[in-house]
Amino acid sequence: MKTTQILIAGFGGQGILFAGKFLAYKGLLEDLQVSWLPSYGPEMRGGTANCNVILSDDPVGSPIITDPDVLIVMNLPSLQKYVDTVVPGGQIYVDSTLIQEKVRRTDVEVYYIPASQMANDAGVPTLANMVMMGCVLKNNPELSFDGAAETMAKLVPPKKANLVELNMKALEAGRDYEG
Amino acid sequence: MAERVLMKGNEAIAEAAIRAGCRHYFGYPITPQTEVAAYMAKKMPKIGGVFLQAESEIASINMVYGAAAAGMRVMTSSSSPGISLKGEGLSYIAGSDVPAFVVNVQRGGPGLGGIQPSQSDYFQATKGGGHGDYHMIVLAPASVQEMASLTIKGFNLADKYLMTAMILADGTIGQMMEPISFEDAEIETYDKPWALTGTKMRRPHNIVNSLYLKPDELEQKNFERYKKYAVVEENEPMWEEYRMEDAEICVVAFGIASRVAKNAVVAARAEGVKVGLIRPITLWPFPKKPLRAAADQVKAFVSVELNMGQMIDDVRLAIECKKPVSLCNRAGGMIPSPDQVLSAIREAQKGEN
Repeated sequence: MKTTQILIAGFGGQGILFAGKFLAYKGLLEDLQVSWLPSYGPEMRGGTANCNVILSDDPVGSPIITDPDVLIVMNLPSLQKYVDTVVPGGQIYVDSTLIQEKVRRTDVEVYYIPASQMANDAGVPTLANMVMMGCVLKNNPELSFDGAAETMAKLVPPKKANLVELNMKALEAGRDYEG
Repeated sequence: MAERVLMKGNEAIAEAAIRAGCRHYFGYPITPQTEVAAYMAKKMPKIGGVFLQAESEIASINMVYGAAAAGMRVMTSSSSPGISLKGEGLSYIAGSDVPAFVVNVQRGGPGLGGIQPSQSDYFQATKGGGHGDYHMIVLAPASVQEMASLTIKGFNLADKYLMTAMILADGTIGQMMEPISFEDAEIETYDKPWALTGTKMRRPHNIVNSLYLKPDELEQKNFERYKKYAVVEENEPMWEEYRMEDAEICVVAFGIASRVAKNAVVAARAEGVKVGLIRPITLWPFPKKPLRAAADQVKAFVSVELNMGQMIDDVRLAIECKKPVSLCNRAGGMIPSPDQVLSAIREAQKGEN
């Protein structure tokens, strides 16, 4: 019995919900039980956005995450808001281009990834979210990078098929990052 | 097995409605149910159906009334303040005994309230909402899969009993995505000899109406309608029981609250507390039988709700106040945490309520 609770948070417009959808679709294709819950509300570009994704071998209970196993943050307010909710032994992924602050906790694994800078350098400036996801997949054996391309092909509508390659480029950049 | 697809709860309602044969959607936009209308706007024109954004909620419910009177499978969807506006039409539909399907993806109230999830329209849905003596069949999904399956069930029940079936969901279930499949969809069809389809000069006129100026005649109509309601109350209650076999505490919760409650039940069981969950799936008819049976087994009930305590009244009535019932709640768009429910279970176990 394995359940992974993943909280992704940042500004609206950073692709927070899309990154969550990517994980949810990946779980779907791997026959896991899945829930994806977005924050919704008057948020728009520039406002706050977050997304709760649960991947499990068993039926998902509450889709609302109070204690994430994995926290991915793409702005400072999100780090400050959620840093203490992560379970001991959990993981925190920080976009260190956007967040200079360091995590003081010592009971969690912290990954600092200059994702926005890396996305810029790779020519895909809007895909820092997927750079982060690439790193998350690499460091979570039960998520794994296998199936990422199939997931992306399913997630991206046929009309925008060219985006599959760009997203994969970002994912691979995150996977290959040696911090 | 049918392919699993990821869908938002709101989209699942719309897709299931189309599969149930609904070709008429009338609505007016409001958060957090907008995806129902958006899905219909995209799909209906492609399958020869009607999507119409009316000038108001009042107009849209009366369009539903008209299409229902013509024998069509028809629906509208809205969220709390919008459902209040539809109240008059819902009463007319009930008074005319035509089948309709209505969705309320609830948000916090009263008034314009907020847009976060809530269950504070329980009274409105189960006790009336509009004026007059009437009931609607009220279905409370707790997953995206149930958003679909209870939609199909709702259309079937509406046609079977010539009533309104309402999905009473909330913003969380509406907005979240889960895998679903549509394999088990059983679509029932019913003859509608009463429908206004044009006489073609071959039959007497059908009349669909809720106006009865002679009080004895109107009384008779009410008596007949309540005989029908008694049949619904006998045959249609739906519920789920979880870990009730040896339970000493019974948690009662529906919709999203039941998902949180289930986590708390699992956590309490891990502590050795014998606790179970009864989840009403139909809120009207309310599943009185399993609750009455539980009243002889458990020592206390905990009602978990996203409101100030509404279903708790029906729990007390169902168990005839045989055991104490405590309330564990949040309101206004807030959701209780599993820890809050766990604390309430511990309190009930200690008998401190």
